[in-house]
Amino acid sequence: MSALLDTLSWVLLTLGGLSVLIGGIGALRMPDLYTRMHAASVTDSLGAILVLGGIMLQAGWSLATIKLFAILLFLLLTSPTSSYALASAALLAGQRPFADASQDGEGPE
Amino acid sequence: MIVMFGIFLLTLLVITAIAIVRTDNLFVAVMLMGIASLLIAANFFLLDAADVALTEAAVGAGISTVLFLGALALTSERERAKSWNRLLSFIVVAAAALILIYATFDKPRFGDPEAPVQVHVAPWYLEKTPEYIDIPNVVTAVLGSFRGYDTLGEVFVVFTAGIGVLFLLGGGKAGGAVPEEEIDEGLRHHLIPRVVGRVLIPFILLFGLYVQFHGEYGPGGGFQAGAIIAAAIILFALLEGENRALSVLPERVLLGLMACGPLLYGAVGLAGIIFGGNFLDYSVLSSNPVKGQQLGILLIEAGVGISVTGVLLGIFHAFAARDS
Amino acid sequence: MELLGIYNYWVFAVLLMTGFYAVVAKRNLVKKLLGLSLFQSAVFLLYITMGKVEGGTAPIFPEAGAAVFSNPLPQVLILTAIVVGISTTALGLGIVVRVKEEYGSIEEHKIQEIDER
Repeated sequence: MSALLDTLSWVLLTLGGLSVLIGGIGALRMPDLYTRMHAASVTDSLGAILVLGGIMLQAGWSLATIKLFAILLFLLLTSPTSSYALASAALLAGQRPFADASQDGEGPE
Repeated sequence: MIVMFGIFLLTLLVITAIAIVRTDNLFVAVMLMGIASLLIAANFFLLDAADVALTEAAVGAGISTVLFLGALALTSERERAKSWNRLLSFIVVAAAALILIYATFDKPRFGDPEAPVQVHVAPWYLEKTPEYIDIPNVVTAVLGSFRGYDTLGEVFVVFTAGIGVLFLLGGGKAGGAVPEEEIDEGLRHHLIPRVVGRVLIPFILLFGLYVQFHGEYGPGGGFQAGAIIAAAIILFALLEGENRALSVLPERVLLGLMACGPLLYGAVGLAGIIFGGNFLDYSVLSSNPVKGQQLGILLIEAGVGISVTGVLLGIFHAFAARDS
Repeated sequence: MELLGIYNYWVFAVLLMTGFYAVVAKRNLVKKLLGLSLFQSAVFLLYITMGKVEGGTAPIFPEAGAAVFSNPLPQVLILTAIVVGISTTALGLGIVVRVKEEYGSIEEHKIQEIDER
């Protein structure tokens, strides 16, 4: 039983690490601000769920699991909100998305 | 495994620090400073300093970033000049760094339990805390009781910084005019941050209170709790606008909080004299000396938390109310 | 473990000097304050590194039994130092804002020019 839990948490942690890596590569390679934020949000949502899920399996049924679950809930609430605030601020400041470049004549910043 | 983790964090820290110095957009530099603070906090946790990691994360990555951004909103956001005399500065700095690195080879082995710093006073504190004070967190015991006088000085330093900033920036609009009610103050016209903020602010306040009162049993205490509660109210001020935040917690309440913190701390110290002991001697506060020590630590941590909350909020409002 | 210790001290030296370079060579006042903040963080790193005991844990007594603890004394000192650091940074930022209002610039050479007139 414990071997099964260990394997499962290993799988979750590896997948979580992979999704963080994918998010990071996306944040570097994407052409403009909005697509970069979209790539980085993979880290916030999928990466957080997988990594914290893996750690929760390691902690078993204890107070630590409930605290980790509270942290996960907090992250899932605040990360998309801050992404929204960032994108909205960028739009208000005049940063146009990449797809508009052909119409506006402005390239990606 | 821990070694790899530590080396990775420290390398990221050096890269971030060099980026802070080299970028000329000050907003980018402030954001990188927040990242550096978080990396240092993670490194502190790796080195078994749980209280310090919590303080660095709450104060360094949280409050410090907000204060810098507030100052940047009132000054310019770009660094306009090149550095001064770069070659000479770089040579001096590189020479000093090499001397320091040469000196590190003489240090005791990392983690050596027989190093001079580990055998002097620290074993006495670790041994006597269960006997005199009987709380699990030794750092809080030393901070609050064995070295309580230093912490009194620190609370007064925080208080001085607060009244200093109020003297400098407390006049409101530069020129003294009263600001008018703005239509879209704060983030009022954004629905999503407001809704999420309203859901989260009570829980952040609850967490701040938890950290305050659990300082004796785990990492926590007055400083971290003050920073977290101040962060919750700063979030409210950012979302709902400055004027609504000031109507919730008016200026005179903030001044009262700023003053009551050190007052409470000093009163506990004087109570020690009144009940027959020395200044800041908590053993006489109760019939059982150990219970007296625990009561004393609880009261002074409350004083510290109140003081830090009041000062950080007062400084934030001083920056936010100053219109340029 | 030895490698981590030496690396911690080297990173302390590099961080200290990076912050110091920002204070000395940069002309923007906010950049100088950021460099000062980096300098302080490097000193904190040094103290906490010196307090670590190999095989130890955070100095919090667990429910059952004794264990090896890391040194609590540097942690107490650095806790105080962090809060004092943020206080002086806040005061410094207040002064920078007032300098900007009075002189119109936060670049050191421009302020000196205006002062000499």
